[in-house]
Amino acid sequence: MLKDRTLEDDYRQWKDSHPLHERDWKFTTLSGQPVAPLYTPLDLEPNEYTKEIGFPGEFPFTRGIYPSMYRGRLWTMRQFAGFGTAADTNRRFHYLLDNGMTGLSVAFDNPTLMGFDSDDPRSLGEVGRTGVAIDSLADMETLFHGIPLDRVSTSMTINAPAAVLLAMYVAVGEKQGVPSEKLTGTLQNDILKEYIAQKEWIYPPKAAVELVVDTIEYTMRHMPKYNPVSISGYHIREAGSTATQELAFTIADGMTYAEAAMARGLDVDAFAPRLSYFWNSHIDFFEEIGKFRAARRIWARLMKEKFGARDPRSWLMRFHTQTAGVSLTAQQPENNIVRTALEALAAVLGGTQSLHTNSMDEVLALPTEKAVEIALRTQQIIAYETEVVNTVDPLGGSYFVEAMTDRMEAGANDYFRRIEEIGGVLAGIDQGFFQREIAEAAFQYQAELERKEKIMVGVNDFVSDAPADIPILKIDPEVEREQIRRVRELKATRDNERVRATLEALTGAADRGENVMSYVLEAVRAYATVQEISDAMKAVLGTYREPAFV
Amino acid sequence: MAQQGRYRILMAKAGLDGHDRGVKVVSRALRDAGMEVIYTGLHQTPEQVVRAAIDEDVDAVGLSLLSGAHMTIFPRILDLLRQEGGGDILLFGGGTIPEDDVLTLKQMGVAELFTPGASTVDIVDWVRAHVGRPTEASAGR
Amino acid sequence: MATETPAGELVDRLLAGNRRAAGQVISRIEDESPDVESIMRGIFPHTGNAYVVGITGPPGAGKSTVVDELIRVIRASGKRIGVVAVDPNSPFSGGAILGDRIRMMRHSSDTGVFIRSMGARGHLGGLALAARNTILVLDAMGFEVVLVETVGVGQSELEIAGTADTVALVVAPGMGDGVQAIKAGIMEIADIFVVNKADHPQANKTVADIRDLLRMEIAPRAWTPPIVKTVAIRNEGLEDLWIRTRQHRQYLERSGELENRRKLRLEAEILEIADRRLREQVLEPSTETEEFQQLLDRVVHRETDPYAVADRIVPRPGLGGV
Repeated sequence: MLKDRTLEDDYRQWKDSHPLHERDWKFTTLSGQPVAPLYTPLDLEPNEYTKEIGFPGEFPFTRGIYPSMYRGRLWTMRQFAGFGTAADTNRRFHYLLDNGMTGLSVAFDNPTLMGFDSDDPRSLGEVGRTGVAIDSLADMETLFHGIPLDRVSTSMTINAPAAVLLAMYVAVGEKQGVPSEKLTGTLQNDILKEYIAQKEWIYPPKAAVELVVDTIEYTMRHMPKYNPVSISGYHIREAGSTATQELAFTIADGMTYAEAAMARGLDVDAFAPRLSYFWNSHIDFFEEIGKFRAARRIWARLMKEKFGARDPRSWLMRFHTQTAGVSLTAQQPENNIVRTALEALAAVLGGTQSLHTNSMDEVLALPTEKAVEIALRTQQIIAYETEVVNTVDPLGGSYFVEAMTDRMEAGANDYFRRIEEIGGVLAGIDQGFFQREIAEAAFQYQAELERKEKIMVGVNDFVSDAPADIPILKIDPEVEREQIRRVRELKATRDNERVRATLEALTGAADRGENVMSYVLEAVRAYATVQEISDAMKAVLGTYREPAFV
Repeated sequence: MAQQGRYRILMAKAGLDGHDRGVKVVSRALRDAGMEVIYTGLHQTPEQVVRAAIDEDVDAVGLSLLSGAHMTIFPRILDLLRQEGGGDILLFGGGTIPEDDVLTLKQMGVAELFTPGASTVDIVDWVRAHVGRPTEASAGR
Repeated sequence: MATETPAGELVDRLLAGNRRAAGQVISRIEDESPDVESIMRGIFPHTGNAYVVGITGPPGAGKSTVVDELIRVIRASGKRIGVVAVDPNSPFSGGAILGDRIRMMRHSSDTGVFIRSMGARGHLGGLALAARNTILVLDAMGFEVVLVETVGVGQSELEIAGTADTVALVVAPGMGDGVQAIKAGIMEIADIFVVNKADHPQANKTVADIRDLLRMEIAPRAWTPPIVKTVAIRNEGLEDLWIRTRQHRQYLERSGELENRRKLRLEAEILEIADRRLREQVLEPSTETEEFQQLLDRVVHRETDPYAVADRIVPRPGLGGV
């Protein structure tokens, strides 16, 4: 105590004897939080180290979930890819694996994300545009052709129809002779953030959460090495939220899944170790690092104290990170390489388990092979050249970083209280709470840009008239015609009696409130399409309609 | 006594992409500039967008598209507007649209396209400059 | 700039069913364009056929979803429907985001449905007049049912609801001010109460609260308003709401109340038109004379009184004709 008081006095004396000579500038984080000129031990809690920071691999995991972190194993370099037909994406996968990528990550096109087949009129113009078009198991077989599923882990960015794509992955494994117990990878399967931010939905939220629990239950029993949900803040941030909102809303979603699974009678220690997270790494370096460190600590405390998990593996927040798509600019796109590198470095210093680095041209179109390669090389440079991986949590103990971490946690706890007051996440979605908070934050940030209180190089300052001169990947309109031809041919040649029977059985199971996974798998094996399977469940679960909040 | 006409703008998302950050930010900016904005929500078909534009008798339709389907959806909406007698309703838009597609779409009759980084001030100014209505009641149509 | 389409031509086209013309006519009504009177005169002979249903209630009760579902139910019977969604929300800038339509967008691909959003704008002649004329346009277009959605607050809102043949008041349980909000004057004009979000644990309490309020009413009602429970987002209870609406209509028709109400409304409308003309042509010009200004000064100095001056503009009964 005596020592602290002395420091306080010293600090005051320092402050008084050095009048501020500051630029006329609002010193705030990207999320608009004020930043002080200097951080000292005075900004930390008493006993900060033992109570809040601790050691890596130990509760509350602020410094990392593993004792040796990157000295033991580097993060997985996992580049999200998908475009055109399954064959097009399969070629890109082989290219990336040949270049040292260590995990696959599938991007699906909009029709697949919304549960529409390529030949549905609503899919017009969108087939294979922003991801790969998958209509049936036949496409999935092509997508993973020549890729041994017992040796490569695959992440799939799919939500509303996640159960269907999971079943397809299991069925491809079967065809390759790989039992589901050996499959590794991650299903995004975070439907709550769809209603909050990403807006690719099929069923109403409550039924959709139960469907998520079906997949949790199924993987618990049959796919012990597979992560059934990747609770995602990424899209919440991309939709314009602040860092604190990303942190709070996402963990609130995570709690909702945990509560739903426990309500079904599942033991928290049986499923919690398989839950993982997915964060955005934006351009404010220290704010992001504070967010990652706070996220681990909040989750560990919640799982241990609120959910009563006893297995330390349940307390660990494992997470994937992607650099911020919204931070990229169409102007002077080469600058995006630099932005991505800084964001990737923040993710690594924040202790991520896997990482996707955006390509410089993603703001313009799908990435070209060259741009994807630079993005992957960026990760390799951080991993193998910068030497930042040599010690665990190198920024731990920085007064600023610890203060930022504490502030993030406090901000998230405030939101948790508000969410509880309005009746939880589902009620919040229904009332538009999250949607409005995000729209407001996005609007505020846009206003700051226009007042030039925040600068984006090449956009509102340091503008150049030279046109962007980088190659663009275009999807041939022939892709859509080819995919439509493919799905129509499939529908004409498969055993349609078997399809009908499996779909009927699925509708029946949904109606009885059974876990639908094994029925979905049967329908997938019969080559029923994504839309047919989704429709069979829609008949019971209903269709979501957006309560729009502007 | 005639009241001055007011800008009436339909803001729409067509197709399946769910990115509504931009369309919401622009809608709010147009509102704050004193305009009436009719927002039609996500995942609309071109037919629904055009029917709404006709019934609501808007001066312009602002279409946000980040799905890569711009070369399909913009021309379809232009066609439908003309078929329904709304060829004089301006169609503008925004999204991730490559430069050469921007040129092609403008040649087809899309009045303006805003790409990432455009400021809401620019968009509001553009609408004020190009939508003919508000100088006198119901003028220009 | 293109020349304006003549009013007569627009009316002919809208009567022939042209939606573009209908949309443009409604804009002229909203803009209070000088040709509104001639437009309305052209339309009037073709009106009087639509059944007008007001859907009103506090924000957040789920009115738009109720309207959306009601459209579905009514369309199943083959009837064509016009919708006027009034959203009086205007911030200081005078601009507005009209979002009620979002919940009804699925009907935008149905030619049997016409949806028009209307903001407050600060209509000089009143929002109610614009809404009423818009209903007439849809009526003349041949829409058999016109639904008018309003937030049940404020005088002009009450006036709009008063234009309807049947008024359904939508409330939701657990809103805190749910039943409180009813008390603000709209209770009396509600013909049907709708408790939406009826899967809420407090739904039955809300129903009981409404019953209590009805029991406490002093003036007896010839028609006892039914209370309908709906869960609009799950498509529940809307058929019932439509049945009750039709029952109310039958009651109005059988009792002669429908004709009576419509007659009273037309009378009020004639008076309103005459009133506006009187104000514009007689009252307001009479204040612009020098003589009036001198008289006004004398009133200010208490040399004469307001009644004596008014006598000079409109003579007191018994003092002879105007």
